[in-house]
Amino acid sequence: MSQETLSEITQSILLGEGEDTVRLTQELLAADVEPMTIIRDGLMPGMNLVGDKFATGEYFLPDLIIAADCMKDAMNLLEPELVKREQAFQSAGVVVLGTVKGDIHEIGKSLVGTLLSANGFKVHDLGVDVETKDFIEKVKQTGAELVGLSALLTTTMVKQREVIQSLQEAGIRDRVKVLVGGAPVTKSWAEDIGADGFAEDAMGAVKIARSLMNA
Amino acid sequence: MIKNIKVLEDEVVEQIISEAIALLSDPGIRIQNQEGLQLLAEAGAEVDFETEVAKIPGEFVRRSLETTPKTFALYPISGEEPSVIYGGDEIHFDPGSAGIMLLDDLEGNQRYPVTADYIKWVKLVEGLPQLDAQSTSMVSSDVTEEIGDLYRLYLSLNYMNKPIVTGAFGKDTWWTMKDLLVAVRGSEQALREKPLAIFDVCPSPPLTWSDLTCQNLIDCARAGIPSEMVSMPLAGATAPVTIAASVVQHTAESLSGIVLSQLVNPGAPIVWGGSPAAFDMRMGTTPMGAAETWLIDAGYVQVGKTLEIPTHVYMGMSDAKIVDVQCGLESMGGAMAAAMIGANMISGAGMMDFENCLSFEKLILDAEIIALARRFRDGIELRDDPIGEHLIRDMGHHADYLSSRHTRKWYRKELSFPSELIDRGSWDAWKEGGNTTATQRAHRSIQSLLDRYQPNALSKEQRNDLREIASKAAVQFGMDSLPALED
Repeated sequence: MSQETLSEITQSILLGEGEDTVRLTQELLAADVEPMTIIRDGLMPGMNLVGDKFATGEYFLPDLIIAADCMKDAMNLLEPELVKREQAFQSAGVVVLGTVKGDIHEIGKSLVGTLLSANGFKVHDLGVDVETKDFIEKVKQTGAELVGLSALLTTTMVKQREVIQSLQEAGIRDRVKVLVGGAPVTKSWAEDIGADGFAEDAMGAVKIARSLMNA
Repeated sequence: MIKNIKVLEDEVVEQIISEAIALLSDPGIRIQNQEGLQLLAEAGAEVDFETEVAKIPGEFVRRSLETTPKTFALYPISGEEPSVIYGGDEIHFDPGSAGIMLLDDLEGNQRYPVTADYIKWVKLVEGLPQLDAQSTSMVSSDVTEEIGDLYRLYLSLNYMNKPIVTGAFGKDTWWTMKDLLVAVRGSEQALREKPLAIFDVCPSPPLTWSDLTCQNLIDCARAGIPSEMVSMPLAGATAPVTIAASVVQHTAESLSGIVLSQLVNPGAPIVWGGSPAAFDMRMGTTPMGAAETWLIDAGYVQVGKTLEIPTHVYMGMSDAKIVDVQCGLESMGGAMAAAMIGANMISGAGMMDFENCLSFEKLILDAEIIALARRFRDGIELRDDPIGEHLIRDMGHHADYLSSRHTRKWYRKELSFPSELIDRGSWDAWKEGGNTTATQRAHRSIQSLLDRYQPNALSKEQRNDLREIASKAAVQFGMDSLPALED
């Protein structure tokens, strides 16, 4: 019975039916199914299928985002259960993400966040117009291994340099990898300011994030 | 001239307008600018200074539409006659603006532009008759970022004669830009009477005016400097994915701008413009070459024309990274659609890689595209009466129009003449000419176009004034001095 329900959870992710994902997750938890099993055999297969369909052009961004939201809703139920059992879902990495101070562009950044979550990263999205010090605080607070900085204006991309300098001043620069992006950002800018990586689009960001984590 | 095409039924346009007006009251417009909120509150709107949301009653919209000018003009540096008429059915073209990169070669490599590139661009635009106005096209990377906006204008004023479409990146730098314009015209009043520049001001989707853009809008209105609203719904991302609903959002944002400008100064010239796109759901990018993008443009232009407000679009660009077939087809499609909908100012020539990159070659080829689109819009004129009956009867059953007086009389008026960039010769001629592509031909034509350049009529004193004004700003932001200008 729980095998069937696990498949139904997978389906709900595929179809973006978040209410079903939550309901079915609750059912399985009530039936004493292990949270890790629900994640491994119910949620992750769904996310992987969605990822495959995106790669072949059958699914597009809205489908991806909705699937990631369903996953998030289910994880909100499962995380406390994991903590109770002193278990942890092995994330691909912890990321602090945001658009720098003075800049309100958010779609690209949010896409990066969604794709990173969909690929197993734990993402803390600080939003837009984020103070440099808030990036530093969040990194300290979460022990993040990755920082993603987005800027869409030539007048605000300078803040990316500022964040890197602040990380240095706070003595934690070597604890994180910094990834930068946004329309005016180029590879040479990223090198100039001492970033660890640069990506031109959300898909590239996931690739770079993965390789930076494995480095 | 052919009739402007309409993409919406009249009743639908009316509905779009009334839905937009309803949105202005609920949820209202977010205005992140003190003065803007103050103005609306004093006029009697319900304003929440905490959330920065103003609820604008329909009555304000009605009143402001009454004072909004149906037409106004831009004038060149020299000359009594206006060269750009906003309003009515005249269409004009200008290059895309605020590109960060320049196409460095025909292989698609890009680099950050510098002063010399900017000046080259201005000269090319002066030499291309298909372009009616300049724009502050590129951001020069050899000056400090904080003066990026005013520096472009400073350079343009030194080399241009055509009027210019520009914009500020800051609240304070707007004032320096105004000083530059006043230095050219001689006085604030003279600038008011003969506008030389129009400022783009962009609301942020959805339904928001940022501090900077609202302030620019207010300052322009107060100074009698025309402003061009550039509302940019991204269908499916920052606006509803359904095209008609994106047009509703555009209308709401633009109506709020009209209200603000007319509150500041009834009769302030303002343009119903935009740069929307239908979000690409695979790549997460903003395609300028999408038919849906053009439809959003067509929809909101129709709304603007219904309200009798001058219109503007960003069309004629391409998402391609090199000047290839994709570049050509997207640019032609957009420019043609723009010409058919009859927008008064069509921005985008020379722009590619979405709105990131400018290219000299594309600019030159876009001039050909513009000529084509314009000729099509000019339509069919009736030259004779009867149209052809006597003519054809007299000629009888053999074809000899080439040598006829009638052909000699009319052909220069009836036919347009593309430059040699458009190959209409024989295959052999093409082969002998080096079997070139259009892009190669455009690249090779750059120098001869530059050689045609004629300096404008600014006096030495005026140039000194401009330099002083721009230098002062540069020093304020930490630059020792500005790059020297060539003669």
